[in-house]
Amino acid sequence: MTAIVELRQVSKSFGNLKVLKDVSFDVQPGEVHALLGENGAGKSTLIKIISGVLHPDEGELRVVGEAVRLASPREARGRGIATVYQELLLFPELSVAENIYLGHAPRTRWGAIDWPKMRSGARALLDSLDSHDLDVDTKVGLLSVANRQRVEIAKALSQEARLLIMDEPTAALADSDARKLLTIVRRLRDRGVGIIYVSHRMQEIFALADRVTVLRDGAFIATKPIGEVTEGSLVSMMVGRSIDQLFPKTETARGATVLELRNVSHREIVRNVSLTLRAGEILGIAGLIGSGRTETALTIFGITPATSGEILVDGKPVVIDSPAAARALGIAYVPEDRGLQGLVKPQTIRENISLAIIDRLARLLLIDRRREGQLARESIARFGIRARGPEQLVRQLSGGNQQKVVLAKWIATEPRVLIMDEPTRGIDVGAKAEIHALMSKLAGQGLAVLMISSELPEVLGMSDRVLVMRGGAVVAEFDRADATPDAVGSAMTAAGQSSLEGAA
Amino acid sequence: MSFDVMQSRPSFPRRLLGFVEANGQEAIILAAIILLFVVVGVVNPRFLGNSNLTSIFSGNAYIAVAAIGMALVIISGNIDVSVGSLIGVLATIAGTLAVNGYPIIVCWLAPLAVGVAINAFVGFLVAYVRIPSIVVTLGMLSVLKGGLISATAGAWINNLPPEFMLAQFRPFGVPAPIYFMVTLTLLAALWMRYSGFGRTIYAIGGNPDAARVTGIRIERSIVCVFMIHGFFAGIAAVLFATQLQVIQSTVPPNLELTVITAAVVGGVSILGGTGTVIGSTLAAILFAAIGSALIFTNVSAYWLRAVQGLFILATVLADMARRRRLR
Repeated sequence: MTAIVELRQVSKSFGNLKVLKDVSFDVQPGEVHALLGENGAGKSTLIKIISGVLHPDEGELRVVGEAVRLASPREARGRGIATVYQELLLFPELSVAENIYLGHAPRTRWGAIDWPKMRSGARALLDSLDSHDLDVDTKVGLLSVANRQRVEIAKALSQEARLLIMDEPTAALADSDARKLLTIVRRLRDRGVGIIYVSHRMQEIFALADRVTVLRDGAFIATKPIGEVTEGSLVSMMVGRSIDQLFPKTETARGATVLELRNVSHREIVRNVSLTLRAGEILGIAGLIGSGRTETALTIFGITPATSGEILVDGKPVVIDSPAAARALGIAYVPEDRGLQGLVKPQTIRENISLAIIDRLARLLLIDRRREGQLARESIARFGIRARGPEQLVRQLSGGNQQKVVLAKWIATEPRVLIMDEPTRGIDVGAKAEIHALMSKLAGQGLAVLMISSELPEVLGMSDRVLVMRGGAVVAEFDRADATPDAVGSAMTAAGQSSLEGAA
Repeated sequence: MSFDVMQSRPSFPRRLLGFVEANGQEAIILAAIILLFVVVGVVNPRFLGNSNLTSIFSGNAYIAVAAIGMALVIISGNIDVSVGSLIGVLATIAGTLAVNGYPIIVCWLAPLAVGVAINAFVGFLVAYVRIPSIVVTLGMLSVLKGGLISATAGAWINNLPPEFMLAQFRPFGVPAPIYFMVTLTLLAALWMRYSGFGRTIYAIGGNPDAARVTGIRIERSIVCVFMIHGFFAGIAAVLFATQLQVIQSTVPPNLELTVITAAVVGGVSILGGTGTVIGSTLAAILFAAIGSALIFTNVSAYWLRAVQGLFILATVLADMARRRRLR
């Protein structure tokens, strides 16, 4: 049988960062092919190449046996490749039928839209998806997320999709809706449609997939029939790598408790989180995106202040209602996205490093330029920032060096607590190891470090203790010795397991 | 171990671009001014005559002063399209007080106070209520312009007392507005470069989210920027009100555009975060000189607006290209 889509030795880079390396992948008609990997493993890039959003640097893309170059997502759709995006791309003010046939409505002989044909066509498509309850004349804006998703799928089918790409389709669905969706996916498969299915929910993958492909750091790890893998073997394929060199963790004496959270909540996003953080320790927080990890950090740092509960610094209750307040208490935050929240890119290294202490550097209104320059030069040496000098613009630096600048900016405030959110996202392996070494060293000097990461090996490799978050709450805590990939990984993904069994 | 790629010695175009990036826009404009004076001076020597130079520099100083405040607002990532109307209102306030016999010092200071107060309100709406500055100031534009015409019924203010005419003073033979323009430009330039607050404004314009996450209270800073802008508008209004024997309630039409153009062409990125007030003042002088040059070379003065427009487009395009290249 000819594969609907086949990638042969495809590579793709963004700047210096190679995000896909020699990946081969194919989808057969009537197959659900699950795609697995951690954040940043290359899943989205692969999907974007298949759907015509990105072009491979090397390798070839074949659609039904023919080597093609997809110039645009539109061309991909023309070849029967449809994507159901996480954020649904529908027009809320148009009806269900109009959305389904947008851009390719049936026409009458005179060129006008053939409304009866469009409505009956939409009806037939929805019926074929077991969605008899959905009215084709309802405005899409009035529908639930689950129903909108069905409209998207019907829309894909109306264009005679042979391949449907579904990127975390159940992430935003309630359990009963997720079950219905799985039924629809099976129905499509039985009709001969090929499906690429991306999900973090292991139970769904075992309930649905025929084959599974694992990516890691942009490299192809394996493609296996679902019968040959177990949940454990998939997790270790996703995370396994030589951990020792990448994570230079030194044992340090732990000091007094610096930061304590008691039942801290922020609306419904952070729920009753309690934790303690001691001087000299690295506390890792693991969890999927949306589990409340980053949100907890934002609450501690005063960006989304706590709506209930107590935060204590050095045993004293404090109110943190703004980043400025957090900074004054000796809390530093290296954000998840250094481009959006960490750096002022049109400014120099010197100006970025001094930004958090600019008030302290100013005497009688004017900045002490000598001290500022000295701080910049010292930071460049101490953090190993590779740059031409303090006057280089930060936007000219590589990701790893930019991250060091953000770190240097915060260390200049002489903090007691350092929160690092995704400290090594999007930077290459060498710079990763350097950032890890810096983290270890800072903890060794008595800094209390709270590290949030999507990369399980990083959490396991660097942390003295690991907290696992899910649904906004802390669901498990492990000491370094007990934190195995399997234990932490299953605590992270346990959501949805029991409730989905009915669909299996 | 793989090391990050270090920027080794960059190519010549890139270094030239880097130079322009660092301090070039001001240099380019200065060169353009000199070139213009030389060329037009050769074509028509009266262009370089004392009276014409006075009218170029002194007559347009208030635009340069207003452009300083505008530069600060744009650097902070905002914009003010109402400054022309504000200057009109403030000038009318000053003139009305003067003809009604209030002490001269009150007539001079009242516009500053009112300008600061009005723009404190504008800044509050932008920073705390989070209405985009273009919307707030577009509203202010109508309110101020409408209010001014209703209040004055379009009448001009005459019979201003001679001691009120600040812009006509000539200490050491040089018109007072030139002192104001030069002093305020230099003070503002130094302050933006060397003060903590100036640095903060650049950071907010360069990346407001990063500034906030770094612990800068950006709402407060933005209100301050608008208040400073109101202060400069007040000074500009006094210079404008005192340079002629009458105050026209219509102000020069499109004054806000001229002021914004000066700031942007002077090298202040319309996207915020970069630029200097030296550049904005030089650009204000350049436009004044171009306007005068058109007259002296017998070209219709209506071309001035077209030339300004072309300058703005060229500058913004260059800025975009630079950002794209250096990203």
